[in-house]
Amino acid sequence: MNLHEVSRLLEGSILTESRREDIEIDRAYAVDLLSDVLALTDERTTLITGNISPQVVRVADILNVIAIIFVRGKRPSDSAISYAETLGIPIIWTKKTMFETCGLMYANGVRPCKNRPMAAPEG
Amino acid sequence: MTLRDIVRQLGLEVVAGAGWLDRDVSGGFSGDLLSNVLASARPGNLWITIQRHVNVVGVAQVAGLSGVLLAGGEPPAAAVLAKAEEMAIPILLSRDGAFELAGRLHRILVPDVR
Amino acid sequence: MQEPTHGGPRRLVHHVRAGDIEHGGLASAQIKRQLSGLGVAPQDARRAGIIAFEGEMNLVVYSTNGGTITVTVSEKLVDIEVADEGPGIEDIDLALTPGFSTAPSWARELGFGAGMGLCNIQANADWFEIHSHIGSGTRILCRIERRRHDASGHRPTTRT
Repeated sequence: MNLHEVSRLLEGSILTESRREDIEIDRAYAVDLLSDVLALTDERTTLITGNISPQVVRVADILNVIAIIFVRGKRPSDSAISYAETLGIPIIWTKKTMFETCGLMYANGVRPCKNRPMAAPEG
Repeated sequence: MTLRDIVRQLGLEVVAGAGWLDRDVSGGFSGDLLSNVLASARPGNLWITIQRHVNVVGVAQVAGLSGVLLAGGEPPAAAVLAKAEEMAIPILLSRDGAFELAGRLHRILVPDVR
Repeated sequence: MQEPTHGGPRRLVHHVRAGDIEHGGLASAQIKRQLSGLGVAPQDARRAGIIAFEGEMNLVVYSTNGGTITVTVSEKLVDIEVADEGPGIEDIDLALTPGFSTAPSWARELGFGAGMGLCNIQANADWFEIHSHIGSGTRILCRIERRRHDASGHRPTTRT
């Protein structure tokens, strides 16, 4: 599914202007805790979170996350949205719960990211 | 749908509260922020989280949840399990991540959605 | 045009303020970008970013007066030092235990304090040291051995 289709599925809206609707959302990770996001080893993953602390977009940036879906109607701050904009990370905003968001995306073929343990980094 | 059905269908490990698996599950709830669970989870929900903190048990009890499903494989500390037994909160465990568990639980509980 | 580092190591110093949740994490995002700009491979810049972020948030949440993140980039290494002047860690072994956290509840509600910070740091470093004394502060030293990536991110084949 591409970004636009995911946004429609979740009855959400794309908050970033350069909408990059062609971006393919095929892997996702759902979490509110940032430390767990930081243990994410898989790149090109979409992050589903209800955490709107200013750190979320910064962490997404560091980890090369491709898109962020904010759930539960939790709207990130305007400065977080414009920061994501400059990084080219699109943001979807939905009123749906995290559970329903995961359920709908899973039912539509989005799969969990591979998150192998970080303990033995390659190399 | 009872916790027992879900344990069987999702292949979960029961690490605490095995005596209360006949409880009905009213729906699923995903998230790791305790205040959010208290504010938004409905009674009878099965809560999917990666939290391992002992407060998880207290929150589940206060919110009247049917149980807690811990994603990501690691079992919680013995003190957490003891607390769960004491408060009659079943703790289920899976190696799968929270996204996948929510996806599969949603499919069981709301099968007609696409 | 991103040139590989020439002419000796480059040092990047970032100061982090205690309690400044609003800006916490910005330094690390910047460090990752600076490293990429210095020709550090994307995978290594990402690892350095993760280490810096966990260190930075530790400074924000726990330190008395903030601290500094110092990144030194040389031809083969990225060294990251996170240092503060207190309060210091009482039991380092305990602090290194996955899931252990002394984070206050306000930090937990922001999604911090899962007790994985130092574990994430260790997991991303090729070499890791932590020194801490109550009253004098904490110093975390991490080293990343730089990979030699080609532009596509693949490591070159080893010659025999």
